[in-house]
Amino acid sequence: MSVATGKAATRPRPAARTGAGRPTGGRAPRRSGPVRGGRWTPWLYLAPALVVLAGLLVYPVYQLGLISFLEYTQAQVSGGQPTSFQGLGNYTELFSDREFWRVLLATVLFAAACVVSTLLVGCALAVLLTRVRAVPRLLLMLAALGAWATPAITGSTVWVFLFDPDFGPVNRVLGLGDHSWTYGRYSAFALVLFEVVWCSFPLVMVTTYAGIRAVPAEVLEAASLDGAGVWRTWRSVLAPMLRPILVVVTIQSIIWDFKVFTQIYVMTGGGGIAGQNLVLNVYAYQKAFASSQYSLGSAVGVVMLLILLGVTLLYLKLLRRNGEEI
Amino acid sequence: MSAPAAPAAPARRSSRSRTGVRMRIRKPWRLLAECVTVLIAALVAFPLYWMVLSAFKPAGEIRSDNPVRWTLAPTLDSFRRVFTQQEFGRYFLNSLLVAGAVVVASALIAFLAATAVTRFRFRLRTTLLILFLAAQMVPVEALTIPMFFLMRDIGALNSLLSLILPHLAFSLPFAIWMLRGFVKAVPEALEEQAFIDGASRSRFLWQILFPLVLPGLVATSVFSFISTWNDFLFAKSFIISATENSTLPMALLVFFDTETPDWGGVMAASTVMTLPVLVFFVCVHRRLVSGLGGAVK
Repeated sequence: MSVATGKAATRPRPAARTGAGRPTGGRAPRRSGPVRGGRWTPWLYLAPALVVLAGLLVYPVYQLGLISFLEYTQAQVSGGQPTSFQGLGNYTELFSDREFWRVLLATVLFAAACVVSTLLVGCALAVLLTRVRAVPRLLLMLAALGAWATPAITGSTVWVFLFDPDFGPVNRVLGLGDHSWTYGRYSAFALVLFEVVWCSFPLVMVTTYAGIRAVPAEVLEAASLDGAGVWRTWRSVLAPMLRPILVVVTIQSIIWDFKVFTQIYVMTGGGGIAGQNLVLNVYAYQKAFASSQYSLGSAVGVVMLLILLGVTLLYLKLLRRNGEEI
Repeated sequence: MSAPAAPAAPARRSSRSRTGVRMRIRKPWRLLAECVTVLIAALVAFPLYWMVLSAFKPAGEIRSDNPVRWTLAPTLDSFRRVFTQQEFGRYFLNSLLVAGAVVVASALIAFLAATAVTRFRFRLRTTLLILFLAAQMVPVEALTIPMFFLMRDIGALNSLLSLILPHLAFSLPFAIWMLRGFVKAVPEALEEQAFIDGASRSRFLWQILFPLVLPGLVATSVFSFISTWNDFLFAKSFIISATENSTLPMALLVFFDTETPDWGGVMAASTVMTLPVLVFFVCVHRRLVSGLGGAVK
């Protein structure tokens, strides 16, 4: 979903300059202004989009907030009891629950591990891609494309099968006997992490590779003439030049990995043994749809929304600082 | 990379390379790097290979304690089981229907909206753009609960509409944001020319702008298609009793969600579900890359 914003920042700087060269301020008199068609034409074009977004995005967000302040369980859903306003009751209940804090911590740590691993693998492979000839590069690109295209759910089932204690090839190769990966908390998280990295590193790799190719050859030549090695070239030349791309890719990864649902749900069977592998999203789902505590589930949803809102604001701020034109 | 290589190389370097990175590596290093690349490619592709392989393996080989890396007796048994036991064909069709409806609707709506925000200057334009960007960040999954009640209230629960509508809403902001670049890339002179020639606004929109933006629409559609096709959460939450309206992920889980999963069936179903996306991806990936290039302008 979020690739485009990633790409938007892939733009090499010169392109951004030409874009900025045009008058962009709202005050520019009729830049490409409607030669005909009144002031209302743009709103006419926007109408379908705005109707859909208002009804199916803004309204649900409002509802989410509302439900989180109500008492809303099976009785209220079926209309047996009137809904009652709880104020911050749901939140105090949630915040005094040890499990919530445990899940929140697990989510943050798990997302952090995923983001760091994905970025490391993606960037390392992007650099590797620049140093090999066309055939190996094509092979890796195709393999990555395959991993990228695989739906989260089929990726999950395949990885579970690969690590299956009885019939999976991984335990055979590693000689682990019938060690169960989903039994222990950390090994289950590790298994999910592998799958998440596998299906999300391609975006980082392809984007970063495109970014490196856009760096002028003279810059790299100058670096190597000055005797810079691989690591030094990356740290002092490429990383700063790729900063805008890396920022976007990092933020996208944070947002993705923070709200991972399918992988955890499918691979650990709905949150692992005794909920040991729950992350916020699965937790909210279980609260709402498994135990009918819709208001608590909504409160978890609001917490998640606020955290991601913070990340988004950070993203916008960094984007602005990079001089992106909106 | 080796610093010692630097003094020897300069003369050759300038003549040989456009990329400036490749040629500085001496041959053995490059060979090593290439071996590593091929190895990693094999590693990355292995899960997919294993999925397809297991789908074709006879049941006995799958359940053997010593899994082999190939099969000498490929069989369609697993696929046959998948397609007959469950209403798999129907689920497949449902998935296609939902994804198709979302792609067409979001492409049209996003095209209009993208035109509005790029070809016109009006108050609130920048605000709207920031809102579209922010809307992309809304965690879809957090909205499952209110979306569930909304779908119940409009009576869409258990129907395909309950999958189409949310996905339409969630793919729109991204589609608009991405299409913006494509619409912007169409020169304004063209627009002026069209009006001088007496074309009406809607004629310009559908007969001139639309065909020009089509490649961008295709690229955008890929993302709408994939995010809809891959959806699991809504498919699980909104289609509760009417299993005839379920989509592929649910069919997959039928084989998966037991004490002893039917791995052959799971892998066959996974293969069937992955294939359309894979084909779609490979077919359009060139256009996708150039399309993204377009989005960048």
